[in-house]
Formats: sequence, C-alpha cells, structure tokens
Amino acid sequence: MELLFASAIGLLTAGGLYLVLRLRSFPVIIGISLLSYAVNLFLFGTGRLVVDMPPVLQKGVETYTDPLPQALVLTAIVISFGMTAVVVMLALGSFLSSRDDSVNIGPETPPEQENEA
Amino acid sequence: MENAGGFLPIIAVLPFLGALFPGLMIQAGRNTCAAFTAAPTILALILLLLSAPAVMRGDVLTFGIDWLPSLGLNVNFMLDGLGLLFAGMILGIGLLIILYARFYLSREDPMGQFYTYLLLFQGAMVGIVLSDNILLLLVFWELTSLSSFLLIGYWKHLPEGRQGARMALTVTGLGGLAMIAGMLILGDIAGSYDLSVILTQKDAIQASPMYLPALILILLGCFTKSAQFPFHFWLPHAMAAPTPVSAYLHSATMVKAGLFLMARMWPVLAGTPEWFWIVASTGLITMVMAAKIALFKDDLKALLAFSTVSHLGLITMLLGFGTKMAAVAAVFHIINHATFKAALFMTAGIIDHETHTRDIKRLGGLRHLMPITFGIATIAALSMAGVIPLNGFLSKEMMLEEATHTVWWGNPWLVPALATIGTLFSVAYSLRYIAHVFFGPERSDYPSHPHDPGFGMWAAPAFLVVLVIGIGVAPFLVEPLVKVTAGAVTGGGLPDFHLKIWHGLTLPLLLSGLAFLGGAILLALHAPLMRLWLATPRPEAKVIFDGITRAATRASTVLTDGVHNGALTRNGAIFAVTVIGAGLLAFTGGSMAEATRAPLPITMLPAIGWLLLVLATICLVAFHRNRFLALVLMGIVGLIVSMGFVYLSAPDLALTQISVEVVTIILLLLALNFLPRETPIESSVARRMRDAAIAVVGGVAVTGLTYAILLRDFAAESISVFHLANSYKGGGGTNVVNVILVDFRGFDTYGEIIVLGIAALVIFALTETVLKGPGGRWLSTWKAQRYAEAGDRHPLMMVVATRVMMPIALMVGAYIFLRGHNEPGGGFIAGLIVAIAFLMQYMASGFAWAESRQRVTYHATIGVGVLIASVTGIGAWLAGRPFLTSDYGYLHFPPIEEFEWATAMAFDTGVFLTVVGAVMLALNSLSSMARRTGETVNVFPMDINPARNDAPSEGEA
Repeated sequence: MELLFASAIGLLTAGGLYLVLRLRSFPVIIGISLLSYAVNLFLFGTGRLVVDMPPVLQKGVETYTDPLPQALVLTAIVISFGMTAVVVMLALGSFLSSRDDSVNIGPETPPEQENEA
Repeated sequence: MENAGGFLPIIAVLPFLGALFPGLMIQAGRNTCAAFTAAPTILALILLLLSAPAVMRGDVLTFGIDWLPSLGLNVNFMLDGLGLLFAGMILGIGLLIILYARFYLSREDPMGQFYTYLLLFQGAMVGIVLSDNILLLLVFWELTSLSSFLLIGYWKHLPEGRQGARMALTVTGLGGLAMIAGMLILGDIAGSYDLSVILTQKDAIQASPMYLPALILILLGCFTKSAQFPFHFWLPHAMAAPTPVSAYLHSATMVKAGLFLMARMWPVLAGTPEWFWIVASTGLITMVMAAKIALFKDDLKALLAFSTVSHLGLITMLLGFGTKMAAVAAVFHIINHATFKAALFMTAGIIDHETHTRDIKRLGGLRHLMPITFGIATIAALSMAGVIPLNGFLSKEMMLEEATHTVWWGNPWLVPALATIGTLFSVAYSLRYIAHVFFGPERSDYPSHPHDPGFGMWAAPAFLVVLVIGIGVAPFLVEPLVKVTAGAVTGGGLPDFHLKIWHGLTLPLLLSGLAFLGGAILLALHAPLMRLWLATPRPEAKVIFDGITRAATRASTVLTDGVHNGALTRNGAIFAVTVIGAGLLAFTGGSMAEATRAPLPITMLPAIGWLLLVLATICLVAFHRNRFLALVLMGIVGLIVSMGFVYLSAPDLALTQISVEVVTIILLLLALNFLPRETPIESSVARRMRDAAIAVVGGVAVTGLTYAILLRDFAAESISVFHLANSYKGGGGTNVVNVILVDFRGFDTYGEIIVLGIAALVIFALTETVLKGPGGRWLSTWKAQRYAEAGDRHPLMMVVATRVMMPIALMVGAYIFLRGHNEPGGGFIAGLIVAIAFLMQYMASGFAWAESRQRVTYHATIGVGVLIASVTGIGAWLAGRPFLTSDYGYLHFPPIEEFEWATAMAFDTGVFLTVVGAVMLALNSLSSMARRTGETVNVFPMDINPARNDAPSEGEA
C-alpha cells in the first residue's frame, strides 16, 4: 500500500515536472496542478497511512487518524486552487495581450524557437 | 565622569543630521551653505572638547544602548585617547576643509551636494573612531567607503573621477568585506563584539587557532583602506577628486582609518611574530616603494598621493614593530602627517586653482608670484622632508631610532638601511615640490597668470603650518595628547619619555643627515634619473585592475545570462535539478534509521485506483498536446486523488478535493475557450529527453522519499496528540480537522482566507487590465475565429434540472456547514459546494443572465467574510483573551434536540463567505471575457421553451 502511494506521488511529480518544462502556458498550468496533487498527497502522507480509522472523535475509540496533516492539506488544496486561478488568468491575459502563449520571454528566445542548445 | 559619555552619540550623529542642510541651504547662497555645514562640525567639535579634559585625565567615556542585542550589535560608543585624537583631527581638519572648499569650488560645482557628501563622510569617520562595538564600527566603516565614493566621484563629468571613485570603492569595499569576516571571527573568539571586552582578551585571542585568519582578514581591511602595498594603487587614482576631498581623505581621515584600526586592535593583535612579519614588512615595503614612485610623478597631487602612501607605510611599519615606543612614534607621526599633508594638499589645490595646471613640468618660478603660498608650501614640505625644527623631523627621528632596534631577516642593519633609503626619497620629493614649483625662472607660459588667492583660501593651510612649526618647536605642548593616545593604543604601561628636538648626536641623526644629503643629490640628478625611470618598464596597476574587473564582469555576465536568460523553462529546469541535487546531498550525507512500520497490505480496491491514476497520468503526459483531452484526464486524476482520501480515512479532504476539482476544471475550460486548442510540437527530441530525464529522476526521488517516510514512525512526538485530546474539551467539536482549522490553527486559516480573497481580487484586477488593453480590443474582434458551437447553448433539460437541484444543493451546503464542527464538513467545503450550486445556474442559463439576477457583489462577499472572521477573533479580546480564542456552549430549544453553539461557527461563516466570494469572482472574471467577445446575453433562461410561442431562435437583448 505504501509503495502504491509513494509511487503514485512520484509519478504525479514526474508528470508535473515534465509538463512544467514545456514551452506553452497551458501544459505548464496542468503540470503545476499535477505537482499540487503530488505535494498535497505527500503532506497528507506525513501523517502516515491508515485505513478504516475514525477521523472523528467517538466514545470508546482510542486510535484515530492524524488530524494535523489533514487540516494543513485542506487549506493547501483551497490555496492551490487560488494559485491555479491566478496563474490561469496570467496565462490568459498574456495570451490575449500578445497572441502568444509561450512562457519564455526575451529577445533571444523567439516564441517559435528553441531557446536552449 | 560617566555622564559625559552622553555627548558621544550626539557627536556621532551631528554630522549626519547636518548633512540634511547643505542641499537645502544652497538656495540661500554659498556662504550660508558653508556656514550650515560648518555649524554641526563646530558643535561636534565643542562637545568633543568638553569631553576632552576627562579623557586627558585618563578616563574612558562610554555610552551604550542596546540595538540588536541578540546579534551582539549595540550602539556602544567609547572615547579614549585614541578616539579623542582621531575625532579631533576629523572634525578639526574637517572644519578647515569646509572653509577651504568654500573658496575652492567654482560657481558651476553643486556646492550643496559637496557639503552633504562631506558631512556624511565626516559622520562615518567619527562613527568609526567612537565605536565601542566592532559591528557598529563595521557599519560606519562601510559608510566611509560609500561616502568617499561619492566624494571622489564628485566631478561626475570627468571619466577619471568616475573611474577613480569606482576603483576606490572596489578596493576598499572588498577589504571591508574581508574585515567583516575577520571581525566576526574576533568577536567569536572573545565572546563579545564590544571593543572594551575584546581588548581585555589578548591571551585568549592570540592563543586561538583562528588568530591568524582573523588577523589576515582584518589587516586586509586596514591595508586596503590605508593604501598599503599591494593595494596602494587606488589612492593616486582617487586624486581625480576635487582637492579639498583629497586633502581631507588622504591626510587625516579615510586612509588613516586603517591605521586607526590597527592602533585600536594593537593591544590584542600586536606583539606576535605574525603581526610583526605581516604589518612591519608591508609598511616597510610600502614606505620605500611609494617614496621612490613619488619622486618621479609630475602631477603635484600624484606626488603628494604617493608621498601619502609612503608615510602611511611608515606608520604601519611602526605599528608593526609591536614595541611601545614604536607605537608612540606612530601616534606622533599620525598627528604630524595630518598637519603637513593637509596643508600641502591645499597648497597644491591653490596652485592648480591659480595656474590651471598641476603639472610640475609646466610650473616653476612661482615664489615671487605667489609668496604666501610659497611660504606655506615650503614649510609644510620641509616638515615632510623631516627638517629641523619642524614637527616632521621629530617623528622621523623617533622612527629611525625604532628602526635601529629592529632585526629583520636576522639582520640588524636591513631595516635602518631601508628606512633611511625611504627617508632619502622622502627628502628628495619634498625638496622637488619646493624647487621645481617655486624656484627656477619665472615662466611666461602658465595656463593662467598666477597670484596668491584670497585669505579664505590660504587661511586653512596657514593655520596648519602654524601647527607644524608650533609642534616642532614646542613638542611638549602635544606631549600629553601623544601620551594619552599612545596609552590607549598600547593599553598603558608606557615607558617615561619626552618629545624633544635635540637628543644629542645619535645614530638616527646621522642617518637623517645621510638621507638629507642623499635626497639633495637625487634631486640634482633628477633629470637623468627621470629619463631612466621612464625608460624602465613597470606594471601599471590601473591596467591590471581594469583587466581583473573586466574578467570578473565577463564571468558574472556569462553566469547570470546563462542561468537567467528570461526563459522560464530554463529556470524551471535549473530549479528542479538544484532541488534534486540538494536532496541527494542530504540523502548521501545523512544516515537513515531502520523501517519501523509494517507496510499495509495491498488490496484490490486501491490497486485498481492506483492503476487508473498511473494510466491517467501517463496518458495525460503523452497526449497533453490535445488540451481538452488533457483536462479530462486531469479530472480523472483529481477524482482518484479524492477517492484515495476517502480510502485513507480523510473524508474532509475528499470532500474538499472533489469540490475544488469541479471548480478548477470549469475554470480551466473557460480559459481554454480563448486559448489555442492544441499545443504545437516545438521542443527537439533531445530537449524532450532531457526534460524526461529530469522528470524521471525527480519522480524517483520523491517516491523514495515518500516511501522512506511512510515506513518510519515520527522522529519526535507529534502535536496531533494534543489536538486529539483537546478538540472536544477545548474546542467543543469532535471533528478534529475542523477544530484545528477554525480553532487551534485559526490564525493560519484567517491568513489563508485573506490570501484567497486577495487572489480573487488579483484575478479581477488582471481581467479588467487585460480587457482595457490590446487584449480586450482583440477579444471584441474575436468572433471571426470562433469555433463551431452547439446551437442550443442553454438547453431546456439542463435549465430545469439545475433549477430543481439549486435548493437541494444549497441545503446540502448548509448541512455540510452546520455539521462541520462535529462531522466531516465545514466552511471551506460548504463554500465550495454552494459556489458549485451557483455555477450550475450559470452554466445552464449563461453567466450574464444569472448575474443580472444576483443582488450581492462578490467583492462584498469576500469582504464581509473576512470581516466576520476578524470580528469573531476580536470578540475574544472583549472577554480578555487572545485574538481568535474560541468559546462554546449548548442551547436547548424544545422540542428540537440540543444545539451546540461555538464562536468558531461564526469564524467558519467568515471562511464560508470568503470561499464563495473568491471562487465566484474568479469565474465571473473569466466569463466577463466571454461577454467582451460579443457573446449575446439571453433574455430567457433557456433557448428553447415549449411553453413559449416564439420562434426557436436565440432570444437576444
């Protein structure tokens, strides 16, 4: 189970990293979203994985899930939505203003070209 | 006399305060400006003199206030003999310079600026000599580098001025950096950054293995500042400054700062072989070498500059000897050099001012044309040469006396011989200053016909020359000052000595005579020697310096442009590689404990979820060029993550994730409407392979890290135990996650909702900006490029269904909200659910249609949400408790069951409203773009309504 969880996070990270390194804004946004999933899951995982444990206090139950990472991740999810929304607007604004959704700027990096050797 | 120390911070601050005035007062005329510059200087000088009697009695005045005690940085001032001497020189000569500069500067020069810079510099210098805290001293030290940069580069139109200023700043600034390191080491050894403590720690410091590094670093600072070999080259180039600046910086202040610090640190650093070898050797080499160069300089100021370097070398050498009498000689020569060198610089300035040249080859025969200047310059130059009975003679004799006691390289004759040679050159260039400028035939080709300047200009050097003679003839007048200063330098225990002209026929007198004779012969042979000098190749410091500067600039350009060329992708790649590298470093550098947790078994359900996630992610990366498909696949990933949260006992997270997922996808769909549908293939295969390699390595690293964490228990006990134990007792809720959000970590949540609100406002502002700019104009002509759309934009079935669902969805939202404290739910989730409920209406009938039926603006919703949260938090103050402390209790309304109330509920309401407002504002901003494209606003909620009799066309407004 732990292996599945860890490898899923790793895969999301790898996918996110690859997409973040693309040249157009849309895949970069998708990549950031994948990285957000990975980070949120990772933070959640720091509470260690438990299955079938009550998250809510009940009488006569001694062991619970770790609530702290959950609370932190909950706000992280909402904030990453806010961040995604801002980045989407930035990408959209720059595309509408310049008709170009390339993420790289600079005189030596024309939108249609590779900027690196 | 402890209370007299109260003057010290005022003395230090006065020049800085005074620096505000010249720039303003220049409007009232040049005299007023100069007067307002002189006033703070005079005031500071008076305060210093008031403090002087106590210091002369041997007291040390102190003043201290804590500034950053945790860093050991305190505003501690101290005034002892050494500080008194230097502060007196800085302020006294400063005053003369202010007077001199008033007449020296021409009408075209911005005088207000000049005096402001001068006072800034003066304040920094005074700060150095009064500091009792070495960190404070460093602050002032850097300030002198900066303000001297402004002064040296005062004539901005002259390239030499700019280059000279830059060179001075680079050299002294780099030295200052080295000194910071040295001082930190020193403070670390001594256990305090206060000089008064450090000065008592001689044995601990000299025994420390860090003594040598600290010594070298501090000396780097001193040597660069005091222009010691091999850092001497900046000083001659700084001569491009106006002469008052040269006279001030290079006689009494800037270059003496290095000497001051060596003298200040003398009690703890001196006396070791290392100190002797580094300091005495550097001083000796500098003295002889610079004296030789000075003889061959035709520019008056260059001659004086190298003579300054030479005399600084002399003093450095004396400090390096490490004996108490040598320190006395050093102190005495500091005083004498300041008087005659400031006077000499001023005469050079007068000559330049009157004849419009400083080139010795074009001068000569001025003695009848400028008799006053001639008199002043001659006396000052003779003092520099060390002629009886002027003050330069006295200290030079003491120097030669000390030199004869010094053994260098195992040879008792080496130092006296070299010192005599240095003195010989000194005599030669001093005599040259007199002979080649004032004697000889009068010329007819001076660039401007010279005559003596007005009193204002020669008053200052004349006063200094009076001192030169006075100290020379009656040295007992300054003896108390020299004694108390030398006492402060050496830490007391001075042998009994008297400053006097005649010591009898001694070896130093013989050496002096030899030097004088040799100097005169050298001068007689000057013309052939000069030809030889010019024919000999020698390294040009400026060329080397410029070469090094260019190479450093080129290297930094290559590095910066290479890393930071404006390409986000390159930065991203570098960032990713750096993070992975740092992780790898940490991984290989540390050790990992054994796994302590048994892995959970893999069951069918999570295995299927994992498989779906893996497939979706791989497909997403593989087909990301089809943007719509990518969104669908991303939705799948999000759903599986939500289900993962459910499976792993985190219902709150699952609810949040799934609602955020819905909103995010809608947002991205709206955005995609305006963006290209496909991502073109642009990267080369090699580039993609590189990115894939980074991605795979990063993924593997994260997998390993996560797996390692998951199989190990907490290293320290988690604070979750506290939360679980106190959630119900303290927070009144059984849903610990929600209690943490609104109670334990309420302040975090408070910050989060504010951030979320700001994000939404940013989106709104961005949209407005884009719509007003070229983006908006382009959007209004966008229609031509639109893709084929569904004919029925607002379908009947959807409209009806969403209308039915609206109250249900709101009810679910309210339910989720209300139960949040005890069951999974809460303000965040409820806010998202309600936002989705609204969104459904918007999707069914169009944003504009829905918006025209809405009475509350989203901005207000966000604002009210944050306000409610704030008021709830402040409410705790009324109960006398800290911000956001919550309270709870129970209400019983028969026949309904018991209700719990908690102030956290009000806080959660704020969270709820902010989330609703933020989400809706973000989406609304996007939809306002659609309206700009000329999208029609429908009158009716749905396009085709069987109950309506009109034609089935779009109802247009």
